[in-house]
Amino acid sequence: MTHTHTERPARATGTGPSPGEDPSDEAPLGASRAERLSALAQQHGALVTLLLVAIGASIGFDTFLTGDNLENMAVSSAFLAIVALGMTFVIITGGIDLSVGSLFALGGVLGAWGSQYGTLVALLLPLAVCGLIGLVNGLLIAKARLAPFIVTLAAMLAARGILLAITDEGSNTYLVDEKSFFASLGQEKLLGVGVPVWITAALFVAGAVMLRRSRFGQYVYAVGGNEDAAALMGAPVARTKIAVYTLSGLCAGLAGALNAAWLVSGVTILGTGMELEAIAAVVIGGTLLTGGFGFISGSLVGVLLLKVIQNVINQIGSLDSAYQQVVSGAFLAVVVIAQTWLGRRRRMM
Amino acid sequence: MTELALKGAPLDRARLLRLLQDYGVYAGVAVLLLVNIALTPHFLSTENFRTQAVQVAPVLIVALGMALAIGSEGVDLSVGSVMALSTSLLSLYLGYGPWVALIVAMLGGAVIGLANGSLIAFIGVQPIVATLALMVAGRGIALVLLPQLKDVRDPGMSSLGSGDLFGIPYLVLIAAALALAVGFTVRRTTFGRQLLAIGDSRPAAQLAGLPVRRVLILVYVIAGVLAAIAGVLATARLQASDPTSLGTLMELSAITAVVVGGTPLSGGRIRIGGTVAGAVLIQLLTATLIKHDLPPSWTQIAQAVVIVLAVYAARERGKR
Repeated sequence: MTHTHTERPARATGTGPSPGEDPSDEAPLGASRAERLSALAQQHGALVTLLLVAIGASIGFDTFLTGDNLENMAVSSAFLAIVALGMTFVIITGGIDLSVGSLFALGGVLGAWGSQYGTLVALLLPLAVCGLIGLVNGLLIAKARLAPFIVTLAAMLAARGILLAITDEGSNTYLVDEKSFFASLGQEKLLGVGVPVWITAALFVAGAVMLRRSRFGQYVYAVGGNEDAAALMGAPVARTKIAVYTLSGLCAGLAGALNAAWLVSGVTILGTGMELEAIAAVVIGGTLLTGGFGFISGSLVGVLLLKVIQNVINQIGSLDSAYQQVVSGAFLAVVVIAQTWLGRRRRMM
Repeated sequence: MTELALKGAPLDRARLLRLLQDYGVYAGVAVLLLVNIALTPHFLSTENFRTQAVQVAPVLIVALGMALAIGSEGVDLSVGSVMALSTSLLSLYLGYGPWVALIVAMLGGAVIGLANGSLIAFIGVQPIVATLALMVAGRGIALVLLPQLKDVRDPGMSSLGSGDLFGIPYLVLIAAALALAVGFTVRRTTFGRQLLAIGDSRPAAQLAGLPVRRVLILVYVIAGVLAAIAGVLATARLQASDPTSLGTLMELSAITAVVVGGTPLSGGRIRIGGTVAGAVLIQLLTATLIKHDLPPSWTQIAQAVVIVLAVYAARERGKR
């Protein structure tokens, strides 16, 4: 473990190529072939699997490679992807955020309710509330030093409670005016691609730059690698942790609001289990749950992989959605086993 | 017991926090009981106590397994899905008689526990991730086996769900017996001591030559079987198998009961009495809010606050 950790800050500070382009900066100099291969597998395993599944699906089903299906997959992936983006930062610091599913639903309801006062309110209200809950998470974790798992669990309950309270115990669904600019953020297309997809792409580019090139990004890796060492190096550990949980809350709130714009209503029952999907996507994308190592692009691949698998299961048709859960769970288990195994191999060398 | 020895010592902040952590949950239960006796009409009736006790039984049984997992410095997120799986299996095998169905349901829980434990003990996957995978897959399997709600019409099951012995419901008796058994296991058996040693420091336990893998696997198998039993009992009480919703958020309630009861998340220490009181506390809190016409949303928010307060109180004594 210490091996993987000690290389992280150096990696993060490097002005090297973008995430995972060059596996040699992963493996120490003079690394053996096997070691390079396992490093490569850890970084690009998800991408290779995604390509294989996608190729298989396009051969197997005529309906897979159609514009409509791809567009549909892209838009429905966009919301989970934004949540996973925030989650990636949290997990790289060695934490976890179980509240994102509730915050996603809360963001959607607040966005739909706020849309009657204009697009600005529809976007800023979910961001403010979900960001604030994320901030409280961060404060409790960084300042009061409580376990992230428990704090965000409590936030998950509390956010769901707030959501129920503002919707008359879930009975009241707020609708978005279909002609409003806010609705167009979810529904319009730009160059044939849905606006949520563009927004997601922009956020991922911004997130990747932030993680790879900014001082904040260095701190995120350093805190996840070794908190004590990071503190000794002068990294603002508490502030970094507070920032990532706030960021995660903001992402979940934004994703929820955009989802409400897409559905033109704030649906109260959304988001259950989404934290698990997001964590699964991040882990499948190669980010280590122990912290200190990971990349944004991997999480995007993880989301797409989950969505493609869901799509394939839907295409098979005779299999109902329960199989999605079986396959996703089994898939997560396989990936984690592979990751642990690859990680151990590299550590031993 | 150690508190008695410390009686002469001045009551400084650290000791106060310690007392709060050890006995706060009992005080909380007492306060809630007093508040309810004073304010809630018809609270002091046998019927009401019966209802509350029957409702708390499945949560408590799941929490007992969770306490073992947390004591080993782990956690089991799959318990809710195991309940769903056990209710599906129960419905499917009820045709062969209630005992066969019961055994198959418990075997299902044991298999999921075995999978959890193997991932954790042999492959070294973090408990939270391993049990997360089984949580997602487990409910999927439950739904594949039984896609929708199904009524359970079996005389054995209905007497299990609503029958009683000397006025005490079977569900409560079973939960109490299991709590005693798990408490005994933790305190008096070699397995219990090994489990706590592993939770305290896994490397040290390994160096001391303890059978770390075997103990960890057994912990998750027991947690799985207990969750399956809870699933069976909940099914018997509801007279229906509902794999879609049975056990959802159960992992949270169980973790809350354990943590509120004074078992530290850092492992190495298990308080079964506290866990029982923790489960009762959550049940009373929910009942109190509902009885006073506060909506369920308030219950969730209150539960969140209680979790944070309990963990905050426990933090001063966190390991190392």
